[in-house]
Amino acid sequence: MQGLVIIVLLAAVVLTAGFLLLFLGGRRGDMSGKQRKMMSRIFLSALILLGLELASAESFDLFDGLLFQGAGRGLRFVCYLADYLIIGYDILKKAAKGIKNGRVFDENFLMAAATIGAMALAIYENGEYLEAIAVMLFYQIGEWFQGYAVGKSRRNISALMDIRPDYANIEKNGRLERVDPDEVEAGSVIVVQPGEKVPIDGVILEGNSSLNTSALTGESLPREAGAGDEVISGCICMSGVLKIRTTKEFGESTVSKILDLVENASSRKSRSEDFISKFAKIYTPAVCYGALALAILPPLVRMLFMGLGAQWNVWIYRALTFLVISCPCALVISIPLSFFAGIGGASQQGILIKGSNYLELLSKTRTVVFDKTGTLTQGVFEVNGIHHNEIGDAKLIEYAALAESASSHPVGRSLLRAYGREPDRSRVSDIREISGNGVTAKVDGIEIAAGNDKLMKHLGIPYVDCHTAGTIVHMAVNGAYAGHIVISDIIKPHSKAAVSALKSSGVAKTVMLTGDSQKAAEQAAFALGIDEVYSELLPADKVEKVEALLGRKPEKDKLAFVGDGINDAPVLSRADIGIAMGAMGSDAAIEAADIVLMDDDPMKISKAIRISRKCLRIVYENIVLALAVKFVCLALGAVGIANMYLAIFADVGVMILAVLNAIRCLFVKKL
Amino acid sequence: MKKTYKIEVDCANCANLMEDAARKTDGVASAVVNFMTQKMSVEFVEGQNPQSVMEAVRKACKKVEPDCEIAL
Repeated sequence: MQGLVIIVLLAAVVLTAGFLLLFLGGRRGDMSGKQRKMMSRIFLSALILLGLELASAESFDLFDGLLFQGAGRGLRFVCYLADYLIIGYDILKKAAKGIKNGRVFDENFLMAAATIGAMALAIYENGEYLEAIAVMLFYQIGEWFQGYAVGKSRRNISALMDIRPDYANIEKNGRLERVDPDEVEAGSVIVVQPGEKVPIDGVILEGNSSLNTSALTGESLPREAGAGDEVISGCICMSGVLKIRTTKEFGESTVSKILDLVENASSRKSRSEDFISKFAKIYTPAVCYGALALAILPPLVRMLFMGLGAQWNVWIYRALTFLVISCPCALVISIPLSFFAGIGGASQQGILIKGSNYLELLSKTRTVVFDKTGTLTQGVFEVNGIHHNEIGDAKLIEYAALAESASSHPVGRSLLRAYGREPDRSRVSDIREISGNGVTAKVDGIEIAAGNDKLMKHLGIPYVDCHTAGTIVHMAVNGAYAGHIVISDIIKPHSKAAVSALKSSGVAKTVMLTGDSQKAAEQAAFALGIDEVYSELLPADKVEKVEALLGRKPEKDKLAFVGDGINDAPVLSRADIGIAMGAMGSDAAIEAADIVLMDDDPMKISKAIRISRKCLRIVYENIVLALAVKFVCLALGAVGIANMYLAIFADVGVMILAVLNAIRCLFVKKL
Repeated sequence: MKKTYKIEVDCANCANLMEDAARKTDGVASAVVNFMTQKMSVEFVEGQNPQSVMEAVRKACKKVEPDCEIAL
């Protein structure tokens, strides 16, 4: 029965290998020269093995009659040995080198010891050489697959992240010339044609185009840009030709920074990776000593204490299966591959994660602390309402805007924006700015006062308090109260959905920190469904609050701080995980944060958390799968139920499953 | 000083072994091997010549993994 299974398996290997050599080998880049050579060896050796198995041991006995006694046995051994060397000579060579260099327990040594042992047992019994060769064959197939699959997914993931521009166009004597982006100095003029990537950060001098920023932000909606707009490298120019004056060198441009960040991300190792590499260091020697003990102790016990036959060959065989199981590769390969795939998938969605360790921390996030302005709100103040006004809204805004026309205060700017026209400054005179209170001025000869309640009190004008949150500008015309204008920050359209998405993806507590007034803060928090609010904070207070929150939570739950990265750098670095949003072009944010969201959509926060959870789940699945199968096979091998075929499955099969599982980390688009 | 080198290594465990070997080499302050991007970043001890240190690192890596390659 088992013989038949092996023959079918071998035939399958021969056919697959032949197919791969014929069809896959032709395409450049798919199989390296090394892999092609290995595949040929696998094909040849499987073919010979298949022939030898079909011929069976008895047919060799014919040679005994033709030549001399034992010739058949010898010839059979030579045939199998030749096949064994075809498939395994490099392993034997590496094992010998390893021993010479004082490194005994590597996988080459293990495979060499296991298969040579099995060959020796076969010579002794004139029995099954098949097993030793098949184990070596399947081991090599596993190694080949690992090399191929990992290489291919490595290339695929790298291609996803490849936003590196290959060249920049420079106009010389009326002709475009392609140069290396590295050679372009800051301040030069480059030309970007439709379909090309913007290679270097800069400002548009001429031309209009829609820019595809999806490689940077994951956002598929193109952005329109025209003369005077800043453009960021890595965007793809879609329609028109752009002339851009570069503002940075290539090495300082956004695209270089991002590439640098993502490429180095998997170098920061997570705790699971550290655990596995430590485990691998102990595991292999431990199993080897176990094998040695299994080969020696039971026969001795049987001989000395139980008075039975030693059965050396049985126990040595069981020890050899131990050696096959002891390779740690399935574990060692699948963990970093999972993290790498997760980081790659996330970066395609505009979420840059600076290291595997942050991906791991992010999955344990139970508290998310938001900065309000610029994170949950747009950070742009707008006129939101006009109350108790009797002279007409447009008129009131006009007076306010004209009175504030000389002011650089954000309130003045938003009033001017609401006015919408260029103020005619000749209509304004006698502007007096009362710091911290407001302004008084004469517009068309009419006395106007615009400011807060203090200004009204100061002028002795009775005013009506406002019930809505925000900055209130009270207005007085000719010394009489004329109502007030409410200016407030606008909540981003996705903020509410983002907070509830966080809740549903397992975040227990959401907190908002803001420098705004208590009233404004509480109103926003209520509208968004945020659990805790701390208002009227100075930047230093924010750090203090985050520290207090860090102290209150259990050790294993992590706290993430989300800010716009402009003035939050100290808080970003103090939190367990600092997340900076809307970071396109902001170097400070990329430096300070652990995770960078390229656009300013708060929905990306919960997406990042879900990606990290999926990735970590796959990592744990792989650890458990690999360890469980290995330990079960070790146990079965020790009692003699598992043979070498099962052992090679525990090694190679699990590795293949783990690699395939790890690739799933890449598919995060729908999360 | 820190420098990054392109490497060629086939298996993840071998990459770990190379990292260990590089760390133990004289003149290396710290070393990280990234199997996924096939890169090795090495931080050198102050005042050491990277070229000669890397020769030693390559030798040490070849010892643990004969198949590996470091582009100097």
